[in-house]
Amino acid sequence: MQIYLPIAEMSVNVFLILGMGGAIGFLSGLFGVGGGFLMTPLLIFIGVPPAVAVATEANQIVASSVSGVLAHWRRGNVDFKMGSVLLVGGIAGSTFGVGLFSILRGLGQIDLVISLSYVIFLGIVGMLMLVESLRTMRQRKATAGKRRKLHQHTWIHGLPLKTRFRRSKLYISALMPLAIGFFVGVLSAIMGVGGGFIMVPAMIYLLGMPTAVVIGTSLFQIIFVTANVTFLQAYANQTVDVVLAILLLTGAVIGAQFGARAGARLHGEQLRGLLAVMVLAVCGKLFFDLLVTPVDLYSLGVAH
Amino acid sequence: MPGAAIRASHLACIVICLATFSAANAAHAQSLVADLSKRLVAITAGFAGTDVLLFGAVEGEGDIVIVVRGPDRPVTMYRKSRVLGIWVNTAQMTFQRAPSFYAIATSKPIREIAPDVVRARHEMGTDALRLGLPTAKASPNVARDWRRGLIRNFQRNGLYGKEVGSVTFLGNKLFRVELRLPANVPTGAYQVMTYLLKDGRVVSAQTMPLFVSKIGAEAYVFDFARQHAAYYGLIAIVIALMAGWLAHLAFRKG
Repeated sequence: MQIYLPIAEMSVNVFLILGMGGAIGFLSGLFGVGGGFLMTPLLIFIGVPPAVAVATEANQIVASSVSGVLAHWRRGNVDFKMGSVLLVGGIAGSTFGVGLFSILRGLGQIDLVISLSYVIFLGIVGMLMLVESLRTMRQRKATAGKRRKLHQHTWIHGLPLKTRFRRSKLYISALMPLAIGFFVGVLSAIMGVGGGFIMVPAMIYLLGMPTAVVIGTSLFQIIFVTANVTFLQAYANQTVDVVLAILLLTGAVIGAQFGARAGARLHGEQLRGLLAVMVLAVCGKLFFDLLVTPVDLYSLGVAH
Repeated sequence: MPGAAIRASHLACIVICLATFSAANAAHAQSLVADLSKRLVAITAGFAGTDVLLFGAVEGEGDIVIVVRGPDRPVTMYRKSRVLGIWVNTAQMTFQRAPSFYAIATSKPIREIAPDVVRARHEMGTDALRLGLPTAKASPNVARDWRRGLIRNFQRNGLYGKEVGSVTFLGNKLFRVELRLPANVPTGAYQVMTYLLKDGRVVSAQTMPLFVSKIGAEAYVFDFARQHAAYYGLIAIVIALMAGWLAHLAFRKG
């Protein structure tokens, strides 16, 4: 059954889009990630214009983050204070990002920047996760595991504007979460992702937040950042396709439930290892596409 | 049987056309009459491309060339080259005008019917298209590469016909051709030109308008997104928030 997407201006098969939403939803439920980093490249791959893919995916992530955060909120795993500070940075960053997006689109470099961002950040995060999960798997066999310090004290703790975050059991400078929020906000706008895959490691390793509150807090701020991206993309670039977003999120919401159930049966580090392999696969594919000689050296720019 | 119904209506059109043709013929010896099975192509929710039947009749011997073109638009193009091992857009060119859709159908191979001059004058065939390329910016060789690049890209998108369609004659008076409009056909006012050629000269021509426009919910969403961008953005967010909340409620127990 074909349906015409009014903003993407193309005809797609309804079941293909629902299926993609379902499959990515399953993976996001399984691994506890948003899945934007998989969905956006997939949308581009089936022929959705990159600008529409990025903006529409931001809209879909709003929905999946809301359903995710409600579950974490009920368990008290959201640090609203930390989330708000990250959010201030995130709103500024995503606003800046959408502006940057428009400029790059005008210059004809947006596709390259999207691809390069994916290659760089998926590459880094994928490698880190793979190394980490392999190490944990080996350690689990060797010893029962040593008790780690809550967090290390570094130069970060010397910055001004020190603030107490009770839920996260932290007393750190607000500048650090502000900067992280800003940076992830920029990426969110350009890559069409929630940014959880950058935000979560940054919260754990840079801020030293306890793992329990990391996901909930990250989801909390992702809702607002992606909502901001959705609004600005719709307003400035008219690239949000509501029909596509609804189809995607219908599939994703259902898939995520099955994914979460399947995920409960696997070990954390096995999950992380699998996720790392998948992240690296996407990264590798995009990198390969940048290197291989294109089908046509000439390409059409955006329509005005 | 919708197919049969459509065919019957086409047949009726041809009959009516014949009748009008005979009448017109009696009046002032018009040598070409043509019409389209529809003048409006509606892009609705289920749109997956469509066929438009062009049919007509000619007086005496001759060959038919049909050109369909969508509204002209400026087109920006990029050319990639290798920078530090990766492929990057490094050059840019803007064509002042290029048809957003182009297709041609003929009753015989175009080169047998029309000499270069005629093809160039009436823009018959993609290589005869006048694209508004600022020649001052590029040497003839470079300009030709850009031109070919543009045509290749439009052909890959299915918006420029890759090959010349064939007009079929029924007897030696009536002709017909199915014009294929793909799912990604751009909207706007199209022109359908029918030429009758004899001995390499255009002896008669007829231009018909064809409108391609979004109709119904699709059109509404598109217009709303353009005209009320801020509200559209807010509604998109509200839909997502509601969907997320509903999903949470629906699966809370499970």
